[in-house]
Amino acid sequence: MIASASQVSGSIAQGDPPPAIELRGIDKRFGEVHANRNVDLRVAAGTIHGIVGENGAGKSTLMSILYGFYEADAGEIRINGRPLQIRSANDALQAGIGMVHQHFMLVDTFSVLENVMLGAESGAVLSRSKTLARRELERLEQDYGLRVDPDAVVEELPVGEQQRAEILKSLYRGAEILILDEPTGVLTPQESDQLFEILRSLKERGVTILLITHKLREIMDLTDFVSVMRQGEIVAHRRTSETDQKELAELMVGRSIEQHDVNRSHTPGEAVLAVKNVSMRDAKGVTRVDDVSFEVRAGEIVGIAGVAGNGQTELLELLSGIRPLDSGSFHANGRQVTPQNPCSPKDMRRLHVNHVPEDRHRLGLVMPFLASESSILGYQDRGRINKGLALDYPLIIKDCAEMMRVFDVRPVDPMLRSSNFSGGNQQKIVLAREMDKEPTLLLVGQPTRGVDVGAIEFIHGQLLSMRDRGCAILLVSVELDEILALSDRILVMFEGRIVGDVAGAGADKKQLGLLMANASPDAAESEAVS
Amino acid sequence: MKASHVSVPAWVTIGVVPVVNIAMALFLSGLIILLIGENPIDAVQLIFIGAFGYDEAIGYTLYYTTNFIFTGLAVAIAFHAMLFNIGGEGQAYIGGLGIGLAILAFDHTLPFWLMLPIMLSAGALFGAAWAFIPAWAQAYRGSHIVITTIMFNFIASALMVYLLVNVLVEPGNMSPETREFLPSGHLPFMHEVFAWFGIAITKSPLNISIFWALICCVLLWFYIWRTRWGYALRTVGHSERAAVYAGIRPQRVIVITMCISGALAGFVGINELAGVQHRLLLNFTAGYGFTGIAVSLMGRNHPLGIVLASLLFGILYQGGAELAFEMPKISREMVVTIQGLVILFSGALAYMSEPWVARAYTFVALGLTQQRAGEA
Amino acid sequence: MREFSSLIGVAALLVSVSSSNAADFKPAVVFDMGGKFDQSFNEGIFNGVEKFKKESGISYREFEVTNETQREQALRKMAQRGSDPIIGVGFAQAPALEIVAKEFPKQRFTLIDMVVDLPNVQSVVFKEHEGSFLVGMMAAMKSETGKVGFVGGMDIPLIRRFACGYEQGAKHANAKVEVIQNMTGNTPAAWNDPGRGSELAKGQFDRGVDVVFAAAGGTGSGVYQAAKDAGKFAIGVDSNQNHLHPGTMLTSMVKRVDVAAYNSFDTAHKGGWTPGIQVLGLAEGGVDYAMDEHNANLVSSKMRSAVDKAKADIIAGKLKVHDYMSDNSCSM
Repeated sequence: MIASASQVSGSIAQGDPPPAIELRGIDKRFGEVHANRNVDLRVAAGTIHGIVGENGAGKSTLMSILYGFYEADAGEIRINGRPLQIRSANDALQAGIGMVHQHFMLVDTFSVLENVMLGAESGAVLSRSKTLARRELERLEQDYGLRVDPDAVVEELPVGEQQRAEILKSLYRGAEILILDEPTGVLTPQESDQLFEILRSLKERGVTILLITHKLREIMDLTDFVSVMRQGEIVAHRRTSETDQKELAELMVGRSIEQHDVNRSHTPGEAVLAVKNVSMRDAKGVTRVDDVSFEVRAGEIVGIAGVAGNGQTELLELLSGIRPLDSGSFHANGRQVTPQNPCSPKDMRRLHVNHVPEDRHRLGLVMPFLASESSILGYQDRGRINKGLALDYPLIIKDCAEMMRVFDVRPVDPMLRSSNFSGGNQQKIVLAREMDKEPTLLLVGQPTRGVDVGAIEFIHGQLLSMRDRGCAILLVSVELDEILALSDRILVMFEGRIVGDVAGAGADKKQLGLLMANASPDAAESEAVS
Repeated sequence: MKASHVSVPAWVTIGVVPVVNIAMALFLSGLIILLIGENPIDAVQLIFIGAFGYDEAIGYTLYYTTNFIFTGLAVAIAFHAMLFNIGGEGQAYIGGLGIGLAILAFDHTLPFWLMLPIMLSAGALFGAAWAFIPAWAQAYRGSHIVITTIMFNFIASALMVYLLVNVLVEPGNMSPETREFLPSGHLPFMHEVFAWFGIAITKSPLNISIFWALICCVLLWFYIWRTRWGYALRTVGHSERAAVYAGIRPQRVIVITMCISGALAGFVGINELAGVQHRLLLNFTAGYGFTGIAVSLMGRNHPLGIVLASLLFGILYQGGAELAFEMPKISREMVVTIQGLVILFSGALAYMSEPWVARAYTFVALGLTQQRAGEA
Repeated sequence: MREFSSLIGVAALLVSVSSSNAADFKPAVVFDMGGKFDQSFNEGIFNGVEKFKKESGISYREFEVTNETQREQALRKMAQRGSDPIIGVGFAQAPALEIVAKEFPKQRFTLIDMVVDLPNVQSVVFKEHEGSFLVGMMAAMKSETGKVGFVGGMDIPLIRRFACGYEQGAKHANAKVEVIQNMTGNTPAAWNDPGRGSELAKGQFDRGVDVVFAAAGGTGSGVYQAAKDAGKFAIGVDSNQNHLHPGTMLTSMVKRVDVAAYNSFDTAHKGGWTPGIQVLGLAEGGVDYAMDEHNANLVSSKMRSAVDKAKADIIAGKLKVHDYMSDNSCSM
């Protein structure tokens, strides 16, 4: 689906109005890592321009340079034909560039209005600027069809609306160029569709949009042009109408892509995990996991589908020992866990139950740690890596380098900070650490969130081969495609309950979607297998 | 978020930036000194000669340095677990109480070589105990450690006054202080140590506790960066959730870390009481616990940095006293102002000059490469 | 820069100075932690040495210490420079002064408020309990409510000696009088906390006190202000503070540290300086209650004659005032 042809001039290189964004010879190194190599990019005004690339290809670095988080070592930035020095987010805003981050930069306890105003208050008296801001928000709403209740508190809003608030924030500051970094990573399919509608209407009103994503479907649906990055360079520019997903994927990874053949013919073994009537309430007393029962057997992947925030996170944390359960019990590798007899994450690891957490930023990795330090998180007490009183760092570094090679982490540098790896490579470090120990039960949350095509392929392959070696895997993902691609059995969670249990083979996407939204209880019950 | 990614070599950020900060502080101090009608160049010279000009001065400088190393380390280890221990002052005070009591109890009967481990343990134990209560309250009851440690400073002070005025005071002594320790409870002064080797140096309060301070630096480095407990500590400091995920109990880590922190602060008493004053008295901590915060900040919470920052503060304390002695117009308040400016620039505003220095470096470096390219 | 050159060769400069030659006369004073402008003890010394400077034209070296260790350091530095005599201010300097005085036996030291028994040390102490006794009597006689107050600075034995003498005096004048005591705090900050002083005084007024004695350094100014605001009476300490709030200040318990400091320099200069202990009580004029034009009409002749009689009795030894510090208790 291509935007109206009138907006796309014959050649972007020689268009009459200067391009909204023009990058010339941008170069950036982080120590040994050459993140951007001589990058040239032109984005025509009033278009949606996609940038795709594998993790670590340099997309985020490039956008950070454009937004003033980093300064380029060399190169030039021109906005609407004017060369500019962008040293800070403020400079970027002045130049009319707004950015919607993958992780929203909102104050959770503030209202939407307050968030939008934040940093752009006009004068010391808040009530006056509030009135002005409210008027401006109403205008933006009318112009762009961006509807968010200005008085709603951010943390109470669904993710999709939080993202809209984030977009409003940029527009409020007069942004004419909008950068979106993996905007659909946290959205449900419906919310994604709504976002796309908003982006299209922004484009019609002359806003230039730069979309960074790894989802090729979104590129094909939404963009006018697409640039592919690989290893810090831009390897191809394409008019979206003149390319397809296969070509883009191959440009990204530099080779052709094969689909995994999911072999579901084998028979699973004994139940490794048996969950019985487990319930859990959070600190506020809200029931997060509600009377959940299921089994996972050796050599089987059980996928848990559901819209984010329906108790999947809590279920994984409960099974890995991070959170206590309030009632019910579960059996993992022969250990009975009840509210009276709880277990710690340490206990679970000893039972060969490993956990790849959803939130690699705050749980899976310690961002300021070196990769080698992060690579022993959870295993720091093991005898193998402790020599007397001290941790055996040479061995840890050696092990880490080995894991990095096996899991194709780039760059293979155990001494690089965890935060300096791209999202997909961070995820691979976590996966490598947990899979390397050959667990008999693996709890996996969102293994490919914010991860690109090449890495997804790799991660899926690893999970499948673990399963084939007899590991029981419980997989939580909000990506229905992922659940469908990997699971032997699929459970659907809604508001803490399991509302569906279907076989992986031949599962119907539409039916699962309905279960996830709890739209058709009849359908859910008729499909449920106890 | 940004400046740390400018690719300038480490020696610039670690070496040049602090020097620039101190230079800025001294410049501003110079202006003030000029304003009150003294020569700032002379003043700076007086500070440095007062701190290093003769062996007695060096002794005093290093004696102050010893205190700052202990309190700086105490703040630093807590900081690695994201705990802001403001209670170094109180922990040092109570640590000193422990040391004093131990010496008073045993100096009649035990020889020095037995006294030494007893003193060290008593100081560590009492200091740790004083840190334990706020730590426990933070870990298990959620009371903020900044508030509780501040309160515990006041309680420590009140307790010490009560004990010294009512219980421990030597009968007939006007000052609230105990009897003098017997020689078995004294640490050898450095001038005594040098004398054993036949080298005569001038008497100063510097004693062998400076060696213990340096040993503590090494031990602390090893603990934080080389052991699994240090690993757990740093994990808790960076991300408590990651720590829970990794099977670390943050509450336990908080309590243990604070106890180590308190123990380190308690060693101030080793230097002050067993080393110099040779009796238990009021206010021997003289604000060293608070200065430790600035020391740790300036030393970037690393033992090596703390040693250097402690030395700087030692210079400021000793050189500053000398300055007040030599320049009648410069009162002791003036000296505190200069110390305050140094703390401000190298502690609170530590990162202010970093982008400037980085930019200057890039400018020079680029200029050189271009020049080279032009020549080629 | 002049100081520099002398500084480097300082160890060699152990000049023996005991002559009273004006050109060589180099007196020095080491103030304690309160600082020379503490409006109290240190300032009293400061006034004494300033008076000497004005009269003789001879300037003196000075230093204000900021921590325990600096006392010894400063005293030694003074001695190394050949200063003589050297005044150590306050009991807290006693141990340091003892060490330094032993190292420099040919130089003279004067210690105020504490005793160090060395041949080259003159120790000046005061019988604060005697002076406090007199103002305590006066407070009890002035009080209409039968309740008098005491606000101490830092809670140390010396201040308890003030309190104990004050209480004895009050009870001596009126056996039924109630004495309410508060200490400002437990840290040296208690010497300079007028806000807290004011609060404590107000608290005592609320409990019926109508005359309050403050022995609390700078904290006293808050006490006096509170007394003035509430229309009560206050008694000053150390120096004559009657002029602060005429009509409010009933009297002051004066402790003539200025005289002690002045005398030390003066006798050392002119001759007649002697080592040993000087105990300055009522008999020696070291402590007293202050009468001047500011409080003349607050003190009745009856009060004056009673107080003067007690004073004479104490001097004559007929009336004994218990010293808290003799047994660390105030049992009467």
